Amino acid sequence: MVDDVRLPAATPSPAGMPAPATPPTRVALFITCFNDTMFPQTGRAVVTVLERLGVAVDFPLEQTCCGQMHFNTGYAVQTIPLVRRFVNVFGDAELVVSPSASCVGMVRDYYGRVAELAGDDGLAGEVAAIAPRVLELSELLVDRLGVEDVGAYFPRRVTYHPTCHSLRMLHVGDRPLRLLRAVRGIDVVELPEAEQCCGFGGTFAVKNADTSIAMLSDKVRTILDTRAEVCVSADNSCLMHIGGALSRQRTGVRTMHLAEILAQTKTGAGA
Amino acid sequence: MSDMAANAGRAGSFPEAARIALADTQLRHNLGHATHTIRAKRAGVVAEVPDWEALREAGRAVKERVLRHLDTHLEQLEASIQRAGGVVHWARDARECNRIVGDIIASHGADEVVKAKSLTTEETGLNGALQQRGIHAWETDLAQLIIQLSDDAPSHILVPAIHKNREQIRALFARALPDAPPELSDDPRELAETARAHLRKLFLSARVGISGVNFAVADTGTVSVVESEGNGRMCTTLPEVLISVMGIEKVVPSWEDLEVYLQLLPRSSTAERMNPYTSLWTGVSEGDGPREFHLVLLDNGRTSVLADTIGRQALNCIRCSACLNVCPVYERTGGHAYGSTYPGPIGAILTPMLSGMTAAGSLPYASSLCGACYEVCPVKINIPEVLVHLRHEEVAQAARAPGVRGRVAPEHVAMRAMARVFANRRLYEAAQRAGRITQWPLVRDGAIRRLPGPLSGWTSARDIPAVPPQSFRDWWRERQ
Repeated sequence: MVDDVRLPAATPSPAGMPAPATPPTRVALFITCFNDTMFPQTGRAVVTVLERLGVAVDFPLEQTCCGQMHFNTGYAVQTIPLVRRFVNVFGDAELVVSPSASCVGMVRDYYGRVAELAGDDGLAGEVAAIAPRVLELSELLVDRLGVEDVGAYFPRRVTYHPTCHSLRMLHVGDRPLRLLRAVRGIDVVELPEAEQCCGFGGTFAVKNADTSIAMLSDKVRTILDTRAEVCVSADNSCLMHIGGALSRQRTGVRTMHLAEILAQTKTGAGA
Repeated sequence: MSDMAANAGRAGSFPEAARIALADTQLRHNLGHATHTIRAKRAGVVAEVPDWEALREAGRAVKERVLRHLDTHLEQLEASIQRAGGVVHWARDARECNRIVGDIIASHGADEVVKAKSLTTEETGLNGALQQRGIHAWETDLAQLIIQLSDDAPSHILVPAIHKNREQIRALFARALPDAPPELSDDPRELAETARAHLRKLFLSARVGISGVNFAVADTGTVSVVESEGNGRMCTTLPEVLISVMGIEKVVPSWEDLEVYLQLLPRSSTAERMNPYTSLWTGVSEGDGPREFHLVLLDNGRTSVLADTIGRQALNCIRCSACLNVCPVYERTGGHAYGSTYPGPIGAILTPMLSGMTAAGSLPYASSLCGACYEVCPVKINIPEVLVHLRHEEVAQAARAPGVRGRVAPEHVAMRAMARVFANRRLYEAAQRAGRITQWPLVRDGAIRRLPGPLSGWTSARDIPAVPPQSFRDWWRERQ
């Protein structure tokens, strides 16, 4: 199949900043509302991995939602207070890390537009200052901390689905795969037609449920073709979509966020 | 089978039309095959060009410059064409365009015209308008001919009959072309030969030809059509009178700019290094080609698109259809589901801007925002950005409508309520707790298998995990 192309090789730091000589020792975690509520194990895993690497984690409790769902569904006005909230909560953080590529993409690519819509130059300035400091987990690990081997152990056959926003908004390239391949005991199988969208697309999955399901069916087929036990990704939203079908069809294949695999050691999940 | 696809386009909103199209086995098979083949070919020929990214940027920049001074470029084009012996007409909308074209044909007493390469006249519904005046327009692009003979609608910008297979075409030709051989097979060569024999007679007898325009060069008045079959060259050279219809955004300042697009277009559209036929003509020439040349400049909503600072990049489009070929939605629903002349990602942004949200309000949502279209677009139209922008427009317009279509529509109410929840930590944490408690009637074995109301679309094929007992923030607080 023609989409069976290799993932792009390492691209320069997507946030456009060279890796600092001294790696960061403290980061603020932006968990995202979705992970906070539905996938707390991913957040615990991020904390486990970062602390194992000697990075202190802050979790500002005032954080809620980045506003991506509202913005992408057409509710721009409702997004404005959420952008204000984000810059207030995280404005002082040196670095912000999040286990969601699409929420990071929202902040980095669209917060400027929201500030513009709000007609608020002050907000635009704050957004410009914080946006480049908001990183997706694999960016932080590979680019800022300079690690690929985080000391994980996971003796399973897995396949990696590169989510659209991690690929085409953040351009994380093969960073997540490099992290995965460094895990001890793991068997990483290449996913055919990996770069094809799974059909989630936020409210698209509900508004255009039939088309979304048609896309998902093909994604599930390629995952099953790999004979992997686990489908891994950098975004739980796409994983909830894919996992929803894997579960409904009783495939026995699980979905796991990249962080959860990186958190696993011979002594367990850590957190 | 493809009738199903044609019906899909008439079924109303995109989700409804898509549901019908998704069940069309023939359509799914043809499109899946065609889009995957062309994707791979395109990727191959694009990879050959070392400065492809620089070319894309040039393609974008030239269009941006043209659109900023569109009036000047168009007036220059008009003057150049007049100097070269051509006539320029300005059409505000589809009706005016069709009237102008009909009047020119009528003034020559013709009741038959040959047509090539014109999606723009598809947009204006020219064929139907001419028919009402007793003028029959013969489509001469092979695929467009197939569409016309089967009374169907195009489903792809470049390959209008992409939803049909050769057996369907064989049956159609055998039925609709009087001089088709009695034992016509479905061999593509034989099918093409049958169409060729049919078209050759028309080319030789028609006195008026109609074409679209890919590019028009302002400083020399040169008009260009690029194509694969040669029928375009026949239409633009054999009849005595040539009428070309172009959207006003197709003007380029100079040949230097044209050069950029002649590199971008073939690789992006048909995955060719160069297209087989590139026709260029400047006005009329004594003893060669048509004796009369008319160029119709069509607005039909384009100036209002121009006024939209985010949306105007859609006017960069050179109709290559690369965005259709990579789109995971288009690949599965086909073009008819979009219910518009321009299908796929570019149609999902162009049509609502040209025809308004009332007619095409569901199109900006017909995308998972995967971004594959933006990645391949040769003129760097950020389609996901425009889609989201148009969703903002759609919601803002709907909110002004009365009753359940407007501010009290369930989605609007829910979205505003959620925004209030997210804006307040206490409300947010309360909502998390409420979710955990109220989900219990729906949870079975740790998963929700059926959701009510508008969310039932999700659970029609997907489970949803139950909200776990402890949120991340609760864990964090406990840990401190």
